[in-house]
Amino acid sequence: MSLDTARAAVSPPRETAARRVSARLSRTPRLRLGLLISAPLAWLVLVYVVALAALLITALWTVDSFTGDLDRSAWTLDNLRLVLTEQLYRTVTLRTLSIAATVTVIDVLVALPIAFYMAKVASPRVQRILVIAVLTPLWASYLVKAYAWRSTLSDGGLVEWLGAPLGVQSPGYGLPAVVITQAYIWLPYVILPIFAGLERVPNSLLDASSDLGAGTWRTVRSVIMPLLFPAIIAGAIFSFSLTLGDYITVNIVGGANQMLGNLVYTNAGAANNLPLAAALALIPITIMIVFLAAVRRTGALDNL
Amino acid sequence: MTASAGTESPPIAISLRSVTKRYGDVTAVDEVDLDIHDGEFFSMLGPSGSGKTTVLRLIAGFEHADEGRIDLAGRDVTDTAPFDRDVNTVFQDYALFPHMNVLDNVAYGLRVRKVGKRERHKLAREALDTVRLGHLAGRKPHQLSGGQRQRVALARSIVVRPKVLLLDEPLGALDLKLREQMQVELKQLQRELGITFVFVTHDQEEALTLSDRIAVFSEGRIVQLGSPAEIYERPRTPYVASFVGTSNIFDDATSRRLLDRTGTHALRPEKITLSPLRGEAPAAGDDEIRVAGEITEAIYLGTGQRIHVRLEDGTPLVVLEQSKSARHEPEHRGDTVVAAWSPADLVPLRGEVAPLTEMEKS
Repeated sequence: MSLDTARAAVSPPRETAARRVSARLSRTPRLRLGLLISAPLAWLVLVYVVALAALLITALWTVDSFTGDLDRSAWTLDNLRLVLTEQLYRTVTLRTLSIAATVTVIDVLVALPIAFYMAKVASPRVQRILVIAVLTPLWASYLVKAYAWRSTLSDGGLVEWLGAPLGVQSPGYGLPAVVITQAYIWLPYVILPIFAGLERVPNSLLDASSDLGAGTWRTVRSVIMPLLFPAIIAGAIFSFSLTLGDYITVNIVGGANQMLGNLVYTNAGAANNLPLAAALALIPITIMIVFLAAVRRTGALDNL
Repeated sequence: MTASAGTESPPIAISLRSVTKRYGDVTAVDEVDLDIHDGEFFSMLGPSGSGKTTVLRLIAGFEHADEGRIDLAGRDVTDTAPFDRDVNTVFQDYALFPHMNVLDNVAYGLRVRKVGKRERHKLAREALDTVRLGHLAGRKPHQLSGGQRQRVALARSIVVRPKVLLLDEPLGALDLKLREQMQVELKQLQRELGITFVFVTHDQEEALTLSDRIAVFSEGRIVQLGSPAEIYERPRTPYVASFVGTSNIFDDATSRRLLDRTGTHALRPEKITLSPLRGEAPAAGDDEIRVAGEITEAIYLGTGQRIHVRLEDGTPLVVLEQSKSARHEPEHRGDTVVAAWSPADLVPLRGEVAPLTEMEKS
């Protein structure tokens, strides 16, 4: 090729500072990677690791009962021992756990048919409408939804009014009301992963199962559920962990009942015992770690 | 459709009577009548959207007919669920269960039928041996190649001994070599098992190679039904003539001008011979039609040459020349030639020239 024809072609772009930086980045993948993840990594370390470490350390301090000041000099396991042995904390932990478990089971049971309808039965148009309908409650404030349930369940509220002719009574304020409200609030977080999981199951697998002679129930048990398991676990992690840490709903509709969150809140605030609050906060964290480890063993996290 | 009346035909495995299926405003299957015989290799051929796959899904029971009636081995199954029908399907995407290994996939139909574990594993292994995959029984589907998955899907369907096997473009995702190999294996398998195969494809060559009979679909209807030779040699409409293989199609005006006949005619490219034009004008003989023309394109195919000729009146013509020996002199662009063919090779067609014709010629 002669020089003349080369010059007749489009001249290469001019060398600018930005281009030089780009060129250097394209040559050094490690630098590129470092720049990409350094900011989020720093954030993670600060927010998660440091905050958790601070919590653990705080749990080892005590409060001077006379002045109310934090005593940072004496390191003690008293708080942790108290949390593990005191009957009150055991009761509240069990109560919180069973509420979280009940909410999760209810949400999964409600979410499965809804998600199945959305993913496999509804027309594309209806599907879009349903996705929006599921997402809409997320746009409303958590407090608004909790208070909405408070008024619904109240004396002479919607439930009583509608249920009266049928002899149905409102459960009133208490643990059932907490379960109902929490199940309602976290439901979208369970529907969406299960819906996404079902979308990934090809229809032909369902056809194939049916083709080979499997009835509906058999197909659900042998094909859909095993494939959907990771998605159900993902949804369950949301509803379980969110319920485990909640203390507002129980204040609004729970009557006199307390959950772990309330104990943390009271101790960190009114009772002015930050070390005990920290020690209590370690309970749901430990439960979640055990839960996730158990889930990991089933292999459900591999497909997330 | 013309059944070979008089000759004794085997019992009917599948029968469709004016079956119609609509999706909204679209009529996917339009009053289709069809009889498929026991032990037959039957192909449904057509472009995508012609309704062939819908007919297959109607037979399998995944879709329900809006009108009409479907019988399987004499039993009305129009409203029967797929799991109560004695047919099995090999899916286009194979539809293997990703969470089960190959053996469990194949044994699934037996497990559903409550066959004991030992027995069903034994039968599944036999089925896997039939498709020569016995050594891969412990693998997961994602560890297999496309051809292997295909065979697992086949084994999974035949292990339950269906009377009819439905195959929905099963070779579509395979590369050419593998496809040709699988075609042979499918044909052998069908002979060995002696069960009815209903095969959906858009590949006309595949349909011609494999089938005992072919139904050509267009816009939800069967436009022609017959043996591969009938479909290829005696296409009834311009659509069939151009969809199955390549055809030169002469419309009414061209037929009058060139052939001195009325109506539309089809002529297969391989029935035409070309010879160099030497001075004298071509004379039309009784046993041969001869027309002069110029070569506009000569494409080397390996097995021969595809030559595009513009006849003296402007009509385009495609000619397929087999190279029988290496010394065969290739044709060149710009050469003037005489195209000759026997009037017996002209196939009279019904109906107007379909738009597809032009597409196929290019």
